[in-house]
Order: sequence, then C-alpha cells, then structure tokens
Amino acid sequence: MILYYKRAIKDILDNRFLNAVTIITIAISILIVSAFALFFVNVNDIMSHWKKGIRIMAYLKPGIPEEKISDIKVKIQGMNGVQDARFISKDEALMRLKKQMKRQSSLLEDLKENPLPDAFEIRMTTSSQSKDIIERLATRLESLPQIDEVEYGQRWLGRFTNIFNLLKLTGYAMGGLFFMAVVFIVSNTIRLVLYSRREEVTIMRLVGATDRFIKAPFYIEGLIQGALGGIIGLIALFVTFMFISFNMEQDLSFGFSTIRFLPPKVFCGIILCSMFVGWLGCYLSLKQFLK
Amino acid sequence: MIENQNKSSIIRMFHVHKDYGAKKALIDITLDISKNEFLFIRGPSGAGKTTLLKLLYLGETVSKGQVLIDGINLSRIPRKRIPLLRRKYGIIFQDYKLIATKTVFDNVAIVLEAMGKKRRFIEKKVRSVLRTVGMEERLHSLPPILSGGEQQRIAVARAIVGDPKIILADEPTGNLDEDSADIVLDLLKRFHTRGATVVIATHDKELIRKTSKPGGRVVHLKEGCLQKTTTSESGSDDSLL
Ligand SMILES: Nc1ncnc2c1ncn2[C@@H]1O[C@H](COP(=O)(O)OP(=O)(O)OP(=O)(O)O)[C@@H](O)[C@H]1O
Ligand SMILES: [Mg+2]
Repeated sequence: MILYYKRAIKDILDNRFLNAVTIITIAISILIVSAFALFFVNVNDIMSHWKKGIRIMAYLKPGIPEEKISDIKVKIQGMNGVQDARFISKDEALMRLKKQMKRQSSLLEDLKENPLPDAFEIRMTTSSQSKDIIERLATRLESLPQIDEVEYGQRWLGRFTNIFNLLKLTGYAMGGLFFMAVVFIVSNTIRLVLYSRREEVTIMRLVGATDRFIKAPFYIEGLIQGALGGIIGLIALFVTFMFISFNMEQDLSFGFSTIRFLPPKVFCGIILCSMFVGWLGCYLSLKQFLK
Repeated sequence: MIENQNKSSIIRMFHVHKDYGAKKALIDITLDISKNEFLFIRGPSGAGKTTLLKLLYLGETVSKGQVLIDGINLSRIPRKRIPLLRRKYGIIFQDYKLIATKTVFDNVAIVLEAMGKKRRFIEKKVRSVLRTVGMEERLHSLPPILSGGEQQRIAVARAIVGDPKIILADEPTGNLDEDSADIVLDLLKRFHTRGATVVIATHDKELIRKTSKPGGRVVHLKEGCLQKTTTSESGSDDSLL
C-alpha cells in the first residue's frame, strides 16, 4: 500500500504540469459549485428564520375590558394551526418599541398617550406555516368582533420560495455540468499520463504485474488530485467569503442572523465529491486504456 | 489428451503456427521441453526464435495449434491469470525492455514488488542480484545512460531476481564482451543446476559450443520451421544449416 502511494506521488511529481492543470481545473469548478452551495445554505437559513418568525398579529379594538381578553385568548388558541397566542398589552408593546429603537427612543418619551393598540401575537405550529393555512386563519381572526385588524407581513414569502426553488434547480444543473466537465478533464489527464507511460505499463505486465498493481497508483493519483483540487477550491471560496462577509456586515447588518460559511458536513461532502470525481475520471480512462 | 503424453514436460508446443498477417513466422512447430532442461533454439536472423519465445509467455497468441505450460493450455487461460503465468518465467528480452524512467534498482525491484514481496526483502535481494551481474554501483542510474552491455546485465538481473522456474533468454549475450558473457552464462547454468528450465535463443554457434552441457539439446529453426534437433555430442553437424 505504501508502495502504491509512493508511486502515485512520484507520478504526480513527474507530471507536474499536467497534474497542476488538473488540480486547478478541479479547484475552479469546486469554487463555482460550492459558491452556489454557500449561497443556498445562507438563503435557506434566512428563509427558515423568516418562516420561524411567521406570526400573526391580531390588533384589538380599543377599550376591550380586561376580563374579555382571556376569553378571546382561549378562542384563538382553539383555532386550527395555532401553537400559542400571547397577549401583548399596549404598554408592553410600547416598551418593546422603545427597546428596538434604542437611540431614537427619546422620540417616544414625549408621548402623552400610548397610541398603540392591545394585540395578540399568534405563533403557528411548524406544520401549518403554509400560505393557505395562514390566510384562512387570518380571515377567521378578522371575523371575530373584538379584532380590529390582522397583520401578517410575509405574503411575498411564497413567491420568493418559488424563485428560490428555481435558482436551486439551476444550481443543480450547473453542478451536474461541472461534474461532467471535471470528470472529462481528469480522465483526459490520466489518459495523457498513461499514454506517456504505455511502454512502462507494457513492460510491467510482461514481468508479471497484475492490472491491480498497475492501476492502483493511478487511482491514488486521481483521489489526491480530487482532494487537493477540492481543498484549494474551498480555501479560495473561504477567502472570498471572508472578504465579502466582512464588508457586508459593516454595510448592512441583517439584524436577525449573520451569514455563515458552509457547515462542516457540506464541507466534507464537497471534498468527498471532488475525490469521487478524481476517482471516476481515473476509472474511465483506465477502463479504456487497459481494455 | 496431449496433456498426458509426457509428465515431465514443462513446455509443450503442439502443431503451432504463427502468422503475422501474410508473413508466416512459425510453421507447424511441435516441441516438448522437459523440466530442468537446458535447451538452445538456434537459427539465423528472422528464423522465428523471438516469436517462439513470445508464444510461451503470451506476448503473442498462436494462430493455430496449442501451447501448454505446466499443463495449462494457454489458449484457454483467463486474462486474470496471465500475470501468474508470467511470474513462472524470468525473461531476458532481446531488446532488454528496461523502463527508461526508472532507476536500475527500480527496474529490477518491480518484479518483486508485483509479487507483493516485503520492502526489506526486495532491498536485499535486488542488491545481491545486481552484485552478481556486476552492476551494484549503478543502482541509481537510469538505463538509457548505460552501455548496451550494462543494460543487458540489468535485463539479466531482472530475469533472475524472482527465482523463476523457467528462464527464457533471447540472445542473452548479444552485447557482452567475452568475460561478461561468461558471467551471464554461468548464472544461467547455476539456475539450471538449482532446478530451473533454461531456454536460450541465439544465432551464435560459438556460444552453444561453449555453453551446452553434454547431452543438451539444440533445436534448429529456419524460416519458421523446425529443421532438426541435435545434442551437443552430435553437435558437429552444424554445417547442415
Ligand atoms: N510483429 C510483427 N509483425 C510482422 N512481422 C513480424 C513481427 N514480429 C516478427 N515478425 C517477422 O517474423 C519473422 C520472425 O521474427 P523473429 O523476431 O521471431 O526472428 P528472430 O529469429 O528472433 O530473429 P533475430 O535473430 O534477428 O532476432 C521475421 O521475418 C519478422 O520480420
Ligand atoms: Mg529475435
């Protein structure tokens, strides 16, 4: 086994130029594909954050007596898809507003009277966060006599999901294309290497070497190319990512969550994928070469 | 049925023909070589000596007829077993067939590596074999910078390093001065004494006269046909060729 590794590494060094080209090609492809992956991971994050944040605010008409409030609460909680309804008095709402506005909160100090209404904040169960269910619930809430207005700002979320899915599809298609291109390139490099060593391969066979013995270093070579290309591609992505996220965090803070790099699982997945590509390229050219 | 004719035959050729396109390189060769024989195949250039050896290690396949090695019919051997067949042989190729990009050491070691031998064993064995052929100082050289005779000695070293059962030597001394040639021939003889079967193809009758043991067979090949077989006692009728 060690012998195979030694031979593989020697091979790579002997064919430095070819191998460098292959590794760089793999790296660039990995960079592009994983940039897509990174984009999806973050958009997905943001979307699920929004989804989790989907809540319906039901504002009460002014002057509803306190005893009535718990009645309404029970009624709301009995509705389909509601996980929990929390009463937010207008005083509490004002407090929250002040907290959110921080520096500008002095503006609110001068208010003689609290202009905010009492409200219920309604959270949905996870299974009923679809647009339809939310809309149905909203109409039912509106039909309650004590409720003045119902608000749920995420109407556009549905449309956004569609766009996101389309992008995702494009991402997969591009990933597939790059995959094929890289397999093609790797198999061609290995073929060139094989071609330059055909005499050596013939001699090795004449002195009793098995196909396995001859092939093993090439496979290791393919795997090393894949791994190196993957790692270099991801490092390049990481550097780009750091650069972009550094600038972004200063310009526009998202307020809810910061963007993040690929999770370790995806990271490893990409490297494994890239190694697989190296292996497959090798497999294809060897299959052809050794009939 | 041919399999049972002669138990001690290690190589059997039965009505073998070999054509290269229209060129008939071998015509109706029937030849038995027994275990531990020391056999010469003699013939002028183009007689088909190299071709005959190639058929034995499946460097080429027969056009007609059968070849049996150790009782195994080569036309029925599965692809996977060909490496095992080739490990029975130590082959000194007429054109040496050294790997130009590997050092002398690696060229010889590859035989043992392919067999899966341990690194330490390989190191020792290769060095000792190279010493026997007088090439231990050129361990790290690449073959193309060596002289023809030196390359030939490397080829000999590679052929014997795996302790093969059968040695096929194609003009093994073609490029050697008399002293080096004697060393190589002594080596082959030594292997023969230790039980190996040795087949030497050559056009050099001086070599045969010098080397053949009493009673050793010489097979004469001409234009692809087996002319006759002589033994070294009756070797004086060489004039017929
Ligand atoms: N691959 C081939 N294709 C076509 N013809 C071939 C091929 N190999 C050998 N021959 C022909 O077959 C004949 C026998 O060749 P072979 O190499 O066996 O001769 P030889 O006895 O080894 O000669 P020498 O002593 O010169 O090595 C020659 O006429 C040669 O031209
Ligand atoms: Mg020849």
